[in-house]
Amino acid sequence: MSAAAVAAPTAPRGERLYWVLLVLPCLFLGLFYVVPVLNVLVMSVTVPRVGVSNYAELAANPAVRRVLWTTVRIGALTTAITLVLGYIVAYALVHTSPRQRQTLMAIVVASFWISVLIRAFAWVALLQSAGLINSALMGLGLIDSPLELVRNETGVMIGMVHYMLPYAILPLYANMSGIDRSLVPAARALGATPAQAFRWVFLPMSLPGLIGAGIIVLIFSLGFYITPAILGGGKTIMVAEYISVQISETLRWGLAAMLATALLASVLLLIFWLSRFMDVEAVLRK
Amino acid sequence: MRRLSFIHILAWATACFLILPILVVIPISVTSERYLSLPTNGISFRHYANLVGDARWSKSILDSLIVAAGATVLSTALGTAFAVGAWRLGVPLARRLRLLMLAPIIVPPIVHAIAFYRAWAAVGLLDSYLGLVLIHAMKGLPFVVLTVAASLANLDHRLEQAARSLGATPAQAMRWVVLPQVATGVVSGAAFAFITSWDETIVALFVTGRRVVTLPRRIWEGLADNIDPAIAALGTLMVLITVAAVVINTLRTQRRTA
Repeated sequence: MSAAAVAAPTAPRGERLYWVLLVLPCLFLGLFYVVPVLNVLVMSVTVPRVGVSNYAELAANPAVRRVLWTTVRIGALTTAITLVLGYIVAYALVHTSPRQRQTLMAIVVASFWISVLIRAFAWVALLQSAGLINSALMGLGLIDSPLELVRNETGVMIGMVHYMLPYAILPLYANMSGIDRSLVPAARALGATPAQAFRWVFLPMSLPGLIGAGIIVLIFSLGFYITPAILGGGKTIMVAEYISVQISETLRWGLAAMLATALLASVLLLIFWLSRFMDVEAVLRK
Repeated sequence: MRRLSFIHILAWATACFLILPILVVIPISVTSERYLSLPTNGISFRHYANLVGDARWSKSILDSLIVAAGATVLSTALGTAFAVGAWRLGVPLARRLRLLMLAPIIVPPIVHAIAFYRAWAAVGLLDSYLGLVLIHAMKGLPFVVLTVAASLANLDHRLEQAARSLGATPAQAMRWVVLPQVATGVVSGAAFAFITSWDETIVALFVTGRRVVTLPRRIWEGLADNIDPAIAALGTLMVLITVAAVVINTLRTQRRTA
């Protein structure tokens, strides 16, 4: 029973149009979106047979455990590095001349909009053994043999930190611009060293932004597919790529659906946690 | 002050890291070689010519435009309808339904990939324009809802009521009073929806095959076998468009605040 049908008899004539407007998009999503996604959850406990055998693999299957460990490790490291770099950039954005801020901001926003595939392509060109960075270093005589920068975890992390940085910088900057600019000078006037003023005044006030940005970056990192697949070169496999292998090569649909369900559950948990620190909608609005 | 400048050096170093891969596609795109390299033996625009001349690239550009246009129209219409309905009714149900509308940005793309692969196989929509348009419309929908809702946030409900009491039908009040107020939100929502579709890779990899080959799929295949410098040419064009848009936007906001 749709909401429109329930409400229509009681709603004044002028409101009926708006009920239709509200409900039509929901029916569209319900049919074409919710049903297919729920089907994945159902598949995780029915394919190949009814039961929780797929979930038992989380503990029993060493390959699955290795992939999950890789995902959590790379996700956590990416988040940590992104937060440190993002915090520095956001801090500089707040504490700089308007002209510099504009340039810095334009760079952040421009990199935010570049297609993730084009960026992965550029990183391969830069990092591969015959790539630009290795050629430059060898040309300068700094190294004898090319460094292994890609098709391993280093490459994946470089690409992921690069992708995630704007997602951290923008909310951190929004948070820091809201901090009263006279507080740190006040602490200094009361005798705090610059380090103390930062540690006890600025840092605590920017903590909600830091946690919020950290959760956003972690959410995206856990489900990341394109960058690890291209820069990991099949050696560093994260959960999203593992799921895709289960679908397209080994055809283990139950296992794939179980991992997808687990991934979705962790993301929803993180979102729920995020909603305690900041307005989730404001974050999602690019 | 010295501490501050150290932070600034680190910040600018990070900014260089951010633009490095964006800048590097430009020289690669004008190399005269067939393989990935810097233009050491002279500059050539052959890879740009390939984007137009090579049937595979031009078909992919066309496919991406078709799918993105269809998805943009659908998600803009549905997203605007939802946001306007939720604004006018203001019921708690609308707030809860809004979470449903936002789901497509929160759910990881690989989950979408399995979901749509199975569902579209069941109803025969795999490798069809309609199938991909529907998926991309759903992925763009949250952005339209967010931008239109933001532009409605400051709109006075009494405007619509005034139009109704002056004799406008509900449809007329919406057409002549509400919609003109949300025009900017609708346009920026449509832009988000278009870019979302234009960039969408993962689901497209799963639900398309030989008939529909959007640009991200084409690039992905190009990255898998030998890396084609035409990707750099395409990347350069996309970078130039992005930079132009960002600069224009920066100048516009600058003028507004000045």
